[in-house]
Amino acid sequence: MIRDALGIAVATGAYALSFGAISVTAGLSIPQTCVLSLLMFTGASQFAYVGVLGAGGNAWAGFATAALLGSRNALYGLRLASILEAAGLRRFVAAHFVIDETTAMAIARDDPALARLAFWSTGVAIFTLWNLGTLIGALATRTIPDPRVLGFDAAPPAAFLALLAPRLRAKEPLAIAFAAALISLVCLPFVPAGVPLLIVAVLVVVYGLVPRR
Amino acid sequence: MSWIPLLAACAACYAIKLAGVSLPQRYLQDPRVQRTVPLLPVALLASLIATQTFSSGGHLTLDVRAPALAVAGIAVLLRAPFLLVVAAAAATAALLRLV
Repeated sequence: MIRDALGIAVATGAYALSFGAISVTAGLSIPQTCVLSLLMFTGASQFAYVGVLGAGGNAWAGFATAALLGSRNALYGLRLASILEAAGLRRFVAAHFVIDETTAMAIARDDPALARLAFWSTGVAIFTLWNLGTLIGALATRTIPDPRVLGFDAAPPAAFLALLAPRLRAKEPLAIAFAAALISLVCLPFVPAGVPLLIVAVLVVVYGLVPRR
Repeated sequence: MSWIPLLAACAACYAIKLAGVSLPQRYLQDPRVQRTVPLLPVALLASLIATQTFSSGGHLTLDVRAPALAVAGIAVLLRAPFLLVVAAAAATAALLRLV
């Protein structure tokens, strides 16, 4: 299990390299890039925050997008709460580690003790390599005079696509993805940067809350 | 780049995680919440892909980012690892700009 945790952590460390590179290319400083990985510590929200800023969007639109993308972590926390049984200070630390990978690793175990071990080992390993990868990616990109020449400015949509693809294994999410893309492009010329995202977020919440027959 | 929205976004993302492990189960077990929340990342990521590929400065545009995204799509279909998907897109944009 520790080997699984390390395997996932190495993969996410490589993915953190690209986060560091994309963040610095978007115009964030190295300390800002590292603080995002240390304190936000949820990949999709981090990519979205720097992506919105890099595309010229308002930082508060980035804030809203990051928070909306992070909302799924609340549902992960709900599933993990009964497994972790963490109280006091441990719960505050455990909460920080509630992300896609740690949830997947913990809920795959039937035995609660093994599930807890999976959660903590994956969490600590990913947190370490995620922050290390971010720092290396950011420092390396800093040495490149113009990251655009290497096409780094074209990287964020590819990162979002890699994050989106595993969520499209059914017809409904696929239809929602295409509708969201289309609606965003239709509104884009008429609203400030970052706002199409919020329009899409409101629409999908309304869609989700409408009672089904 | 400003620190305040950045730190606020970090605080919001942590508060969401903490709420998940702390709130009484019934708040988040509502079937409408369970159905809606997983759809949010799908819609937002799709919107981010579309707007950041086909626009610049509030206008719709078509440039090297479109073929870069297509290459990323092929890499995803071939189940390439994350870093390779991103690097393939960046390399495509860089090469097309040289042409």
